[in-house]
Amino acid sequence: MSMRVVYFAWVRERLGKGSEELELPENVKTVGDLIAHLATLGEEYEAVFAVPQVIRAAIDEEHADHDEAIGAAREIALFPPMTGG
Amino acid sequence: MSGGVRGDSDKHSAATVTVRIQAEDFDIASEIAALAEGRADIGAVATFTGLCRDEGGRLSSLELEHYPGMAERAIRTIANEAAKRFALTGITAIHRYGKIAPGCNIVLVVATAPHRQAAFDGASFLMDYLKTEAPFWKKEHRKGGGAGEWVSAKDSDDRAKARWDKR
Repeated sequence: MSMRVVYFAWVRERLGKGSEELELPENVKTVGDLIAHLATLGEEYEAVFAVPQVIRAAIDEEHADHDEAIGAAREIALFPPMTGG
Repeated sequence: MSGGVRGDSDKHSAATVTVRIQAEDFDIASEIAALAEGRADIGAVATFTGLCRDEGGRLSSLELEHYPGMAERAIRTIANEAAKRFALTGITAIHRYGKIAPGCNIVLVVATAPHRQAAFDGASFLMDYLKTEAPFWKKEHRKGGGAGEWVSAKDSDDRAKARWDKR
């Protein structure tokens, strides 16, 4: 399954990219699975996703918990807690 | 959305709901005037403006990053909820992105209602939810050009949002 993953704030900065198209293994079913998978993709990924609890997610621009299924999502966003306002 | 074009209003709600995400500054007086135009049922206007602080002279600017598309959608959802919950006649929310210097505007909320408590509550509710649910992030840029830090989310912001659950 191919998926567009987008990153913001220090997640984007530390990975050195704002988005990428990823081929996901069959066993990646939820947001939490995706984060665990990303942590295996290299040193920067491992560092950024070492503590999954600090990562927030959105599936197709709607907030999503880590146990939420990715399903047929077009775009998953991963970012730190929001600090706007 | 960028540019000076007025955001579209939500026709499904009785209130006039306007949300804009833009790099440009905003003018508070003209935003109030736009909400009040042609209406005689407004008895109260509450506004909140969030500005960039210099943190004791430490900062040269704050850089606001956002998730285009989701930022507007998230704020519109919160604004519609506020309009419904407090029976507002109108609500306008504008959030800027990009580099913002100390003393300059970051965010504006205007809430109009027949009476003052609804206007105050509507604006306050919207800001509490916006801070914790709208996808924006702040990065500090220090005076002298030192590498900046990303601003950390505050537990107090989550508590501020949670108090609306109890009502």
